[in-house]
Amino acid sequence: MAGGTGGGETITMSTHESAVQAAHAHGAPQGFIRKWVFSLDHKVIGLQYYFLALVAVFVGMFLSLLMRIHLIWPTVALPLLGDIKPETYLTLVTMHGTIMVFFVLTTAPQGGFGNYFLPIQIGAPDMAFPVLNMLSFWTTLVGFIVMIAAFFVAGGAPLHGWTGYAPLSAVQSTGPGEGLGADLWIISIAIFCIGALMGALNFITTTLDMRAKGMTMMRMPLTVWAWFVTAILGLLAFGVLLSAGILLLMDRNLGTSFYVPLITVNGQLTGHKGGSPLLWQHLFWFFGHPEVYIAILPAMGLASQLLSVFSRKPIFGYKAMVYAILGIGFLGFMVWGHHMFMSGMSPYTAFAFSIMTMGIGVPSAIKTFNWLGTIWGGRIRFDSPMLFAIGFVSLFVSGGISGPFLAQPVLDIQLHDTYFVPGHFHLIMGVASIFGIFAATYYWFPKMFGRMMNESLARWHFWFSFIGTYAIFMPMHYLGMAGMPRRYSQMTEVGYLLDLIPLQKFITYAAFITIAGQLIFLVNLFWSMFKGKKAVDNPWEATTLEWTTATPPPHDNFGGHTPVVHNGPYEYGVPGAPRDYVMQTDPEIEPAH
Amino acid sequence: MAESALHDIPSVYEPSLFGTYSKKIGMWLFLLSDSLTFGALLYAYSYGRISTANWPTPFHSASIVNATVMTAFLLTSSLTMVLAVRASVDRNAKAQTLWLLATMVCGVGFIVLHGREWSNLIAEGLTLPMFPAVPGHEAASEFVNVSKTVPQFAATFFGLTGMHMLHVTLGVIYLGVVALRRKFIPILLVLWLVAWLGTPVYSPFHYGAHVLLIAAIVISIILWLKPKVYDSSDVEVAGLYWHFVDLVWMFIFPLVYLMSAKIL
Repeated sequence: MAGGTGGGETITMSTHESAVQAAHAHGAPQGFIRKWVFSLDHKVIGLQYYFLALVAVFVGMFLSLLMRIHLIWPTVALPLLGDIKPETYLTLVTMHGTIMVFFVLTTAPQGGFGNYFLPIQIGAPDMAFPVLNMLSFWTTLVGFIVMIAAFFVAGGAPLHGWTGYAPLSAVQSTGPGEGLGADLWIISIAIFCIGALMGALNFITTTLDMRAKGMTMMRMPLTVWAWFVTAILGLLAFGVLLSAGILLLMDRNLGTSFYVPLITVNGQLTGHKGGSPLLWQHLFWFFGHPEVYIAILPAMGLASQLLSVFSRKPIFGYKAMVYAILGIGFLGFMVWGHHMFMSGMSPYTAFAFSIMTMGIGVPSAIKTFNWLGTIWGGRIRFDSPMLFAIGFVSLFVSGGISGPFLAQPVLDIQLHDTYFVPGHFHLIMGVASIFGIFAATYYWFPKMFGRMMNESLARWHFWFSFIGTYAIFMPMHYLGMAGMPRRYSQMTEVGYLLDLIPLQKFITYAAFITIAGQLIFLVNLFWSMFKGKKAVDNPWEATTLEWTTATPPPHDNFGGHTPVVHNGPYEYGVPGAPRDYVMQTDPEIEPAH
Repeated sequence: MAESALHDIPSVYEPSLFGTYSKKIGMWLFLLSDSLTFGALLYAYSYGRISTANWPTPFHSASIVNATVMTAFLLTSSLTMVLAVRASVDRNAKAQTLWLLATMVCGVGFIVLHGREWSNLIAEGLTLPMFPAVPGHEAASEFVNVSKTVPQFAATFFGLTGMHMLHVTLGVIYLGVVALRRKFIPILLVLWLVAWLGTPVYSPFHYGAHVLLIAAIVISIILWLKPKVYDSSDVEVAGLYWHFVDLVWMFIFPLVYLMSAKIL
């Protein structure tokens, strides 16, 4: 498509070529190893992150499948795996949560798509620190391998939940997985933290320092804003988790008592005294709450992008969107105490955390209304990326509505540790973010692989995922309100919960069907990679810089020159323009809105 | 360096933050993150201290004097670091290397004094439950009682100062790479062997020495990937890190040592 090549390119190549080469210190790599394995190219590293997350998500999904099976057929012995004991169930809970949160929701949207598209969208030839970028991926991969290794050591994987609450996590004798398995779990998280920190400071520096001429902060696509703020959150949050993890390792292996009071385990004194489990909760949740925004912010940025592209309208309230992202990021650090209402904290403290938490509803609502404002009256194209973007907004709202419930200390005391909570956070942070990943995959696949994904398979995948997600997680809210506690392995013979078993069965059947639906995605992904229809440079008629370059982009992204930006990222339906969109590199237009 | 050369040509990129180069921004960001890492440790220390009735104040004057000398070493090293940065700006390569080496010597002095301090305290009975006992030695000072009654004291002491010592060690290695590049790797390996084989098996440093080996491996990989010559910007950025590590000590010294000195 001719429109995709950015007709407004005015830069003279000869003048700037040397500067770009200087910025892009490493030349195009030669040989398979340097090109695809130990690559310094942010695009290859982005793909490496993406496929790491793809492996991780199927591992995590498999674990959740085992959990769902066990919940309704607790006594059944599975082929190869045998029967699931209560402690095995806790192991499944722990590893499902950890793998999903760290190696999928943190890895794919930020490490994967952020790595691939942040430099291209701001007109940079690569990240600011390519070597650091490579190291951050390999660090993350080592973290994943260590995490998976926890399954195979004596005692198996830990059972302290993804939140690793002390003293369960801090004393070796508390359970079968709390020996070497738990050590590996903590070491894996620590390694992940280091990788995430390296990535975060790379993202921030790149955004601040590598923007092409004309790409002012307020001309950056909202995806870039989201990755940027996510990186700031990561920079501030992972350092704290690293410290918390080091202290936890000391408690476990050097006999210190940071997190362990004077307690007995199985009738034996642990030898610890004087510590406080609440210290862990504070340190963990100071990381943990920003972490949920690390998972969701990139998807928010992406939804903003796609709703504008596929509605053929400028994003509604660009500045408000930017400030809302910043506001969410800032407030994200103020609210960790709402995870600890049950800890016996002072009601005044709980009140402050509660008010702050509900305050997040304001920027979230700004974003939601702006999304609706964006598609309102648009000429909407229901391509698969748009379906998933709309799906994201739907899940974000549905999951978000239950947030203010849980933010009230009075209600939270009732709902805490019931299925209401998994229902809430799976919708808003888990699956909403996954929908962001799907939307990003369908949207950018043509740029990444030069081929289109199959649209009918994509639509089937969307409806399986969308309906399936609601079928799984909506009933969990009812389970929770009816008093079904989370994390318990065998609830089929508890008298007061007997009436809820049909609902649990329904959730499990829905999970079977939804997981089967994900195979459609897998088939589509790999089939399209090799057999898909050839893609043009700008198949969605979008305006941002990645669509001005070749498909897939060359090693230095723009083939030896740096683009010059004249327009904002959302110039759709501009009156008087020759076509309904104006590329960022096109000659400057008068702002009509 | 590449990034600074880049910004000499203003027409290609937007002006960078504060007009500075990427590596400097990257280091400031790292320091921001690292200050939260230390902040979390200091928070854990304060939490333990506040929630413990009768926090002990056992540091006798020998410890305080030793820690004061250590502080002097670090402060001096900040001065020599500033001189190294100035030499690099003046493009005086010889003076730059010499001042960097002087900074490293001060840093190593700090580590050695600190290591001796740890060993003495462990011998006197301030220890963690899993630290191996010193063979043939029965500790009989006040510290034995402190370790038993307030385990948080030893835990926070070794946790905070250990993390800081790790940072100083990595700083010395960092400066060594900036000053000597590849030539530093064999030196580092010799230091590793000395630290590993020269410490008794019951000493924590016998195991901690392997940090040097890991660092040597990582440095080899990085220098293989990016075999460039370091210039004044690298010295300046390394200086930022070094001053930060000094600054952290200015929190740890009063909080951990002075506030637990016997005279109080």
